[in-house]
Amino acid sequence: MTAPRYTPAELLAVMGSRQLRDDTTVFAGVGVPLLAAVLAQHRHAPRLTLVIEGGIIAPRIEPGRLPISTNEMRAARHATMLPGITDTFLLAQRGFLDCGFIGGAQIDRHGNLNTSAIGRDYWKPTVRLPGSGGANDIVSLCKEVIVLTLHERRRFVETVDFVTSPGYLAGGDSRQQAGLLFGRVSRVVTTLGLFSFDPDDKRLRLDALHPGVTRDAVAAETGFEVLMAERVEATEPPAEDELSLLRAIDPERRFLA
Amino acid sequence: MAGAAPWDFREARRRLETKPKSSGEKLSSVEDAALRVRDGDTVAAGGCLFSRTPMALVREILRQRRRRLTLVRNLMCTEGELMMVAGAVEKVVTAWMSIGLPWGVSKIMREHVESGRVPLEEWSHLALGLRFHAAAMGVPFLPTLTMLGSDLMGVGGTQTLRCPYTGETLALVPALFPDVALLHVHRADRFGNCQIDGYPHMDADIARAASTVLVTAEEIIPEAEVRRHPDRTAIPGFMVDAVAHAPFGSFPHECYGLYEADFDHFGEYVAAIDASGSRAVGDYLDRFVYGPATHAEYLERFGRERLARQAGRARELVG
Repeated sequence: MTAPRYTPAELLAVMGSRQLRDDTTVFAGVGVPLLAAVLAQHRHAPRLTLVIEGGIIAPRIEPGRLPISTNEMRAARHATMLPGITDTFLLAQRGFLDCGFIGGAQIDRHGNLNTSAIGRDYWKPTVRLPGSGGANDIVSLCKEVIVLTLHERRRFVETVDFVTSPGYLAGGDSRQQAGLLFGRVSRVVTTLGLFSFDPDDKRLRLDALHPGVTRDAVAAETGFEVLMAERVEATEPPAEDELSLLRAIDPERRFLA
Repeated sequence: MAGAAPWDFREARRRLETKPKSSGEKLSSVEDAALRVRDGDTVAAGGCLFSRTPMALVREILRQRRRRLTLVRNLMCTEGELMMVAGAVEKVVTAWMSIGLPWGVSKIMREHVESGRVPLEEWSHLALGLRFHAAAMGVPFLPTLTMLGSDLMGVGGTQTLRCPYTGETLALVPALFPDVALLHVHRADRFGNCQIDGYPHMDADIARAASTVLVTAEEIIPEAEVRRHPDRTAIPGFMVDAVAHAPFGSFPHECYGLYEADFDHFGEYVAAIDASGSRAVGDYLDRFVYGPATHAEYLERFGRERLARQAGRARELVG
């Protein structure tokens, strides 16, 4: 048996980077989302502006020196502006951020994300998670949101215990009814395929499968029924140049392993 | 503010009006500065995560065995863990708590929050920033489009309002007026005028929001130097109650352009917790907090070479 050509994190980063367009702005979280955004800059989106939560605009992330957090010198390398955290989020509220790009979480059939607490009682949770950080703000305020996550049954649950970051809430127009007029979760990129949401009831829908992945595999790793697009496409496998660029950005394999 | 709600802008204003706002001498020791913190205070720490954390002040507050504090910080890191294990906090208010991706979810935070010992009141990052900003503006709340529809609204009791102009629904995040601000800055003069390099985080708003402002600075500079570059001043001296000289005052966290966070130190700290739980943090407190009598003695535990290595890395990163 031959070894797979890429790791799950590499697959995610490549598939994520293809979602980003040139001449746009992206609010990127650290880890795989940031890697994917830097890959897009190096490959097809040289005029993509990165915005980072720590109050950082347009850094040039240095290959091999990837930041661990959104608030450190590695994340601010050669930035054009350091405006402060509150002001940076307010750029998203004003409408300057085309895309929010965030990483793994517990996610439900309407794209709601939980990074806060598992269990019934918020104040005495079974498992306390680190919290929103800026995820809620990114998902509430960016024009479009792309979620990158490993596709595992424990992450894809029918209903999250706690809505840290609102997808489509209870589906239909409930997101707008809550006052979230502008943003939307447009895409969920997983290790199994590409997903979006049904235009009417806003349930998770499979649009494309990654190489070698079957519909059954998606069903097996998802804790609720996934809708199918009329035609489920197949994604192009990661190309050699995508993988080599990506590996040059993270040579220590800090986030790619 | 004992008894007052965190958004009570009238009480906060009264406290500020009755407080002396001197442009005189503010120079203090870290020890004397920390004496202004009282049991039960709501304490807001500046910086963000492991950047410009006022660690020298945090350690001194722990040495002085303060109790029943509410710690507020936008993204909380090891300072929050130390305060939890030392029994100094009865509540934390934050948007996120752990150290960073490579070290996973904080076991110390999980242990204290899951058992109900230390409630964690979560806000979105922007919401917490706007809470400080509302307080800095002297108003009881600010309208925003963030957090709407999420379960975070219920955690802090955030109210909504139908906008009187457009009819749309807005979230109203309440101001947060802390009793004390703890800040670490790059340089200050003896009168408390503070300058910050690199990302400003939320420090300027926190200084305006708090009733008492305690600062440590990497460097104490002559007043004439501040007056030569007044555009660099983020916090004017009249807001500040005490400023103490503390080089490497954020270490093992970072200070922009001066030293990188000591990731090896975080790794050792987390490995010890993985092996023996919060007992490891107890040992850490003995070694790095209660043990050293002064900030200088604390730095000696790391040695000049290690500090110089971290300083060299920072110079490369901002070069």
